[in-house]
Amino acid sequence: MAEAAAPKKSLWAKHAFLERNSIWLMIGILLVVAIGGLVEIVPLFYLKSTIEKVSGVRPWSPLELAGRNIYVREGCYNCHSQMIRPLRDEVERYGHYSLAAESMYDRPFQWGSKRTGPDLARVGNKYSDEWQRQHLADPRSVVPGSIMPGYPFLAQTPLKTYEIADDMKVNAVLGVPYSEAMIADALADLKTQATPDADGDGLTERYPGAQQRDFDGNPKVVSEADALIAYLQALGTMVDFKLYDDKANIR
Amino acid sequence: MTQLHSSAGEGRGSGATEPGVDQSGKKMTFGEGGLAFVFAVLSLSCITVAAKTHDAAYAFHAYLSAFASLAAVFVILNRYVDRPAALPAREIDGKPNYNFGPVKFATIAAMFWGIAGFLVGVIIAFQLAFPWLNLDLPWTAFGRLRPLHTSAVIFAFGGNVLIGTSFYVVQRTSRARLAGYLAPWFVVLGYNFFIVIAGTGYLLGITQSKEYAEPEWYADLWLTVVWVTYLLVYLATLWRRQEPHIYVANWFYLAFIVTIAMLHLGNNASIPVSVFSPKSYIVWSGVQDAMVQWWYGHNAVGFFLTAGFLAIMYYFIPKRADRPVYSYRLSIIHFWALIFIYIWAGPHHLHYTALPDWAQTLGMTFSIILWMPSWGGMINGLMTLSGAWDKLRTDPVLRMMVVSVAFYGMSTFEGPLMSVKSVNSLSHYTDWTIGHVHSGALGWVAYISFGAIYCLVPWLWQKRELYSLRLVNWHFWISTIGIVFYISAMWVAGILQGLMWRAYTSLGFLEYSFIETVEAMHPFYIIRALGGVLFLVGGLIMAFNIFMTIRQPETAEADTGARNPSLVPAE
Repeated sequence: MAEAAAPKKSLWAKHAFLERNSIWLMIGILLVVAIGGLVEIVPLFYLKSTIEKVSGVRPWSPLELAGRNIYVREGCYNCHSQMIRPLRDEVERYGHYSLAAESMYDRPFQWGSKRTGPDLARVGNKYSDEWQRQHLADPRSVVPGSIMPGYPFLAQTPLKTYEIADDMKVNAVLGVPYSEAMIADALADLKTQATPDADGDGLTERYPGAQQRDFDGNPKVVSEADALIAYLQALGTMVDFKLYDDKANIR
Repeated sequence: MTQLHSSAGEGRGSGATEPGVDQSGKKMTFGEGGLAFVFAVLSLSCITVAAKTHDAAYAFHAYLSAFASLAAVFVILNRYVDRPAALPAREIDGKPNYNFGPVKFATIAAMFWGIAGFLVGVIIAFQLAFPWLNLDLPWTAFGRLRPLHTSAVIFAFGGNVLIGTSFYVVQRTSRARLAGYLAPWFVVLGYNFFIVIAGTGYLLGITQSKEYAEPEWYADLWLTVVWVTYLLVYLATLWRRQEPHIYVANWFYLAFIVTIAMLHLGNNASIPVSVFSPKSYIVWSGVQDAMVQWWYGHNAVGFFLTAGFLAIMYYFIPKRADRPVYSYRLSIIHFWALIFIYIWAGPHHLHYTALPDWAQTLGMTFSIILWMPSWGGMINGLMTLSGAWDKLRTDPVLRMMVVSVAFYGMSTFEGPLMSVKSVNSLSHYTDWTIGHVHSGALGWVAYISFGAIYCLVPWLWQKRELYSLRLVNWHFWISTIGIVFYISAMWVAGILQGLMWRAYTSLGFLEYSFIETVEAMHPFYIIRALGGVLFLVGGLIMAFNIFMTIRQPETAEADTGARNPSLVPAE
């Protein structure tokens, strides 16, 4: 064995201690694998420069949050990123590069890792609702070369709303600034946002810039397509880049 | 379940549970009684949840869990009734009474999930070439099937290979029976139940949408319980060892088990909306969630798909080649350097994103350094064949394992290359990444697993050799051609699409619309899918070969594994 060959003082012989003691071996492993993660993750929570303050970013409205949960459920992240890199072609193709603040309320983050389809970080207001619902139901009817699956069932499925207040409660516990009033009015706000003539003053006061209309073309029912399109139309629209100062945070 | 039952008297020579067996003075162990009680309570709680939830998919999972818990109670009690008074002996005639039942189950499960995972991979590959194959239905869309593919191959196929081989290797290298009476079965069956819950969940739309960590909170909790039991069984078996030293393969298995536990808990920390809802929210958000996710994601590669399979390399290649590991010192350096450096590499998945630059730079730096231990390990594996290279000509199983180590070297060179920011600006978001993953997953992980299974099955079922080495040869060549089709198609597709995205006309406009770059992928997606078909065909040949090997009537007179060649390092 090793210790017979190596002289006692050699470092190699010392390793035999770990080879003979499974608990110390395990503790050694834990120490060694903990370091990298601690150094890279912990500072992100206290370095203020990680997420710069940007005006305009607000938590998702109840309808948008429900739409986001459908985006999550269908695994859209498998093909669509939500992270525009500061590269010339990306900024020209998709718009201003993504800011950390723009996904600060996203649980989970949906930056993605693959662009089988285009980036969606700023898809909001890029296409009409009509385009979005046709595209969701039958992608190749509007983009002949598309390889996206069709989602015709979204417009036919009523949105499940019984959990929306609880969804927001959990987010509030985790630090998303949903006030008690927002949680209390969650269901009403959700319905208001999908109803064109409803009084939307309270909604836009709580969620500035929230777009209120019938998104799926069927005013009779709040469908999953309503929620998903409301979310898509809000993506990347919260920060006004005419006012945003690129240089302000450069140190 | 019959498998579970018939294994009660597992191991050579130990008494089968015939009526003639001595049952006098039999007492139920604390483990049997306790586990049966816990499962009974679990079954009742699951029925309560199923009755109260509004979510049909979640109710299905709750009923499934209730049924499985009831079945577990029945199996535990039935096993108790049938067993002799004494639990299986640790040793018989001075030789360890190995417990190979759970290993056999995991081996068969790995084969089954492997085929299933390759098949789903082929389906989604064709979906990208021919989108009508998505069928416009929720449960057949690419977005739900892709996690099914990745989880089936990584966690179901790979996981069963790792659990099976680790339970085999730890017993052999410790010369001790696997610790625990029910615990090893709980690990193997519990893990596979987790797979069923995870996979059916994706199809029904239950997912966290965190890549490679899609299962929701309740599946994560269950996996945690299973995993802690796995660690305890593993450690307790090491404590029984007859050898003073813990063999190097076990260091890697231990690092894999411990680190995966840490990553799993960190990345899946979440709060469920309620006990009656499958939905939960991750405690991290935005940029922090991204960092935690890729700390997890990259080290799922580093510790699940690398450390665990390196353990397989360190046991099965020396065994099959009948040579000692090339260098003991190199394995020490390889081990500690690899596990220390891998953890840092996560941020290379987030180059040019909103993650702070300092973290990106750290990730890139460590990814490049990682090349060194990776190749150190490759050299240690390849050089183990010194003096036995001629066996590559005659033994297709050994050839498969050696080629897998070569693929490991290739993809661990490609990885650091792609982690360089300027290369990554081109490769990220494209199919180059998919090609890179598959050169590692098909070439390295799957091949070393195939090799291990080809070795294990005759050892476990006590056969002299495999049913057919010619079929192993066919398997090897067909799937190797498949891999070459796959990765070369993805290289071309990825680099082409990356270049098209950034192409400008002479007037300074973007040259291609996004959809033009999608259309350009079509021929490569077809070639890739055909490569996948070849790999699947290879897998089917293997499954047939394994099936026929187990069915062979002829039995080896002595357990081949007993001729333990020098596993001790060459010094």
